[in-house]
Amino acid sequence: MSILVNKDTRLIVQGFTGSQGTLHSEQSIEYGTNIVGGVTPGKGGMEHLGKPVFNSVNEAVEELDPNASIIFVPAKFCKESIIESAEAGIKLIVCITEGIPTLDMLEVKKRIDDLGVRLIGPNCPGVITPGEAKLGIMPGNIHKPGSIGIISRSGTLTYEAVKQTTDLGFGQSSCVGIGGDPIPGSSFIDMLKLFEDDDQTEAIVLVGEIGGNAEEAAAEYIKNNVTKPVISYIAGQTAPAGKRMGHAGAIIAGGKGTAKDKIEKLKECGVHIADNLVSIGSKVAEVLQH
Amino acid sequence: MNLHEYQGKALFAEYNLPVSKGKIIYRADEVTDACNEIGGTSWVVKAQVHAGGRGKSGGVQLINTAEDGIKFAEKWLGNNLVTYQTDAKGQPVNSILIEECTNISSELYLSAVIDRDSQKIVFIGSSEGGVNIEDVAKNMPEKIIYQGVVYGDKSLPDSALNIAKVLKLNNVQTNQFISMIDNLLRLFVEKDLSLLEINPLVITDSGDLLCLDAKVNIDSNALFRHPELLEMYDETQEDPQEAEAAKNDLSYVSLDGNIGCMVNGAGLAMGTMDTIKFYGGNPANFLDVGGTATQERVAKAFKIILEDPDVKVVLVNIFGGIVRCDLIAKGIIAAIKEVEVKIPVVVRLEGNSADKGSKILSKADIKIDSINDLADAAKKAVELAK
Repeated sequence: MSILVNKDTRLIVQGFTGSQGTLHSEQSIEYGTNIVGGVTPGKGGMEHLGKPVFNSVNEAVEELDPNASIIFVPAKFCKESIIESAEAGIKLIVCITEGIPTLDMLEVKKRIDDLGVRLIGPNCPGVITPGEAKLGIMPGNIHKPGSIGIISRSGTLTYEAVKQTTDLGFGQSSCVGIGGDPIPGSSFIDMLKLFEDDDQTEAIVLVGEIGGNAEEAAAEYIKNNVTKPVISYIAGQTAPAGKRMGHAGAIIAGGKGTAKDKIEKLKECGVHIADNLVSIGSKVAEVLQH
Repeated sequence: MNLHEYQGKALFAEYNLPVSKGKIIYRADEVTDACNEIGGTSWVVKAQVHAGGRGKSGGVQLINTAEDGIKFAEKWLGNNLVTYQTDAKGQPVNSILIEECTNISSELYLSAVIDRDSQKIVFIGSSEGGVNIEDVAKNMPEKIIYQGVVYGDKSLPDSALNIAKVLKLNNVQTNQFISMIDNLLRLFVEKDLSLLEINPLVITDSGDLLCLDAKVNIDSNALFRHPELLEMYDETQEDPQEAEAAKNDLSYVSLDGNIGCMVNGAGLAMGTMDTIKFYGGNPANFLDVGGTATQERVAKAFKIILEDPDVKVVLVNIFGGIVRCDLIAKGIIAAIKEVEVKIPVVVRLEGNSADKGSKILSKADIKIDSINDLADAAKKAVELAK
């Protein structure tokens, strides 16, 4: 098994004909993802990358029976796009776009929760189940089917964790980038639940960063609910307080959410800490061979 | 994006929130007219900078004559104000807010932020205003209330009442406060704020509520729908290198060390800084060059990093995702030539076509240390920076 996506995923792409949508759809199709079509308002009836294009998600749902959607539309239209997809009955939405206003996300989050829809992102690399389906912008070739579940708030940091676990021969069950925004569609805890229940996953790597208290909440959850070993790396150990480091999420305010606090809390809850970015893979090996 | 106090108060006034009568001036010779226009016999002059702690640093003063106001303006306009919230250089003062004087009976605290945990807008109120609220939160948590609200919710007056109790308001003030919360929430949502803080919110000697300060932060991602707010952007309040980087869509933060960093992705950039520190070095900056590390962007990034005279070596760490490392390698070489980089450069390429990229770097006619392993690359940079 795996989580969220697999061979049976039937994907539509919102923002299909745009430059980002086109580039990443091509790569995903090449990886083996079953993209059944796409949506671009005003371009319905066209064919793009050999797949049908529709004006609305509703039309696409009627014709194609998709079970997942990926969104590449510009930030200012994302609120409408996510809600459109959720209301059309899609149960898994992955939003790659960064720069969505936070108040838009407050509204989106409430709506998708009411509708029971799973949203991954925004501002994230997406989700991949190696060898089966790639819903995102991650480089497919560094992944390998295997036993490690990876959850991360950051794109390129996820790739580091993936590469290291691939190089050491473990491979990944699934990898999820939940995104670095203040109001993400899914949390670490949502993903920990899924990985805990997934037979293929033997250990979980949680890549966090400074800011907020998502890692602290995850630590508490792990202590009480997760039986599988969890290995964690927290980025931003040397970031000075009060400085914003690129991610909306990565800001240390009032001495809360520092890397030190997070690491202490995770340790206290039984999580194994990789104290250096380059030792995530070797920490996994150490824990699994113990 | 931060606003100045006078800009925040203009928004407050637009939303029927009680603020003092005041006038913004940019030159010392405007002081007398401003005082006359406001009226009265004493005024408060406040240096406008994007930082708190102005009062303790001499940036706020009570004056009884326009002459004292002129002296204040001559002292501060064109100079930098250093407070405990700024760096050692301080923030430039380009304008001064002159306000009528208020007799204060007590000082309260009120703010609103978007809370990640409850996924709501949360108002924070305290009867202990005018002080560092973080100290109150630590030492007297019972004096602070956190009240989540939902825009358009019918129970908003109840939320306001809960806060009013903690603020110990009387009946008249409570009624003022209920409409104040309503207006503040409308302002927060309609203008896409990410933070709003009134410290202090005061009760005047006549028993009315008044917003004596205004700290407003706007969600930069929402500025596309607020051209009127974008006009309030004050570039002079930003770090020049950071502002230059932002113009080029690069995310840059200057730090104290001597190893320049150029990385794709914010998380990996922080991870790279940590790795440098782990091996005994000190990063000079955080720089996220973004997903597409083209020659143009890399050149721009080199220029910004090299403006810092402390930088002795640059460590480039690129994890090629969709972008191929051989293309990135060519971009790096061209950029180094274009910018005429004279200090050592260590490059670590990983991911898509990393082998080809490393080969191109090692064959280049300029000296680049191409090291595939991040730990080794970081160690090399630390050694070269010594």
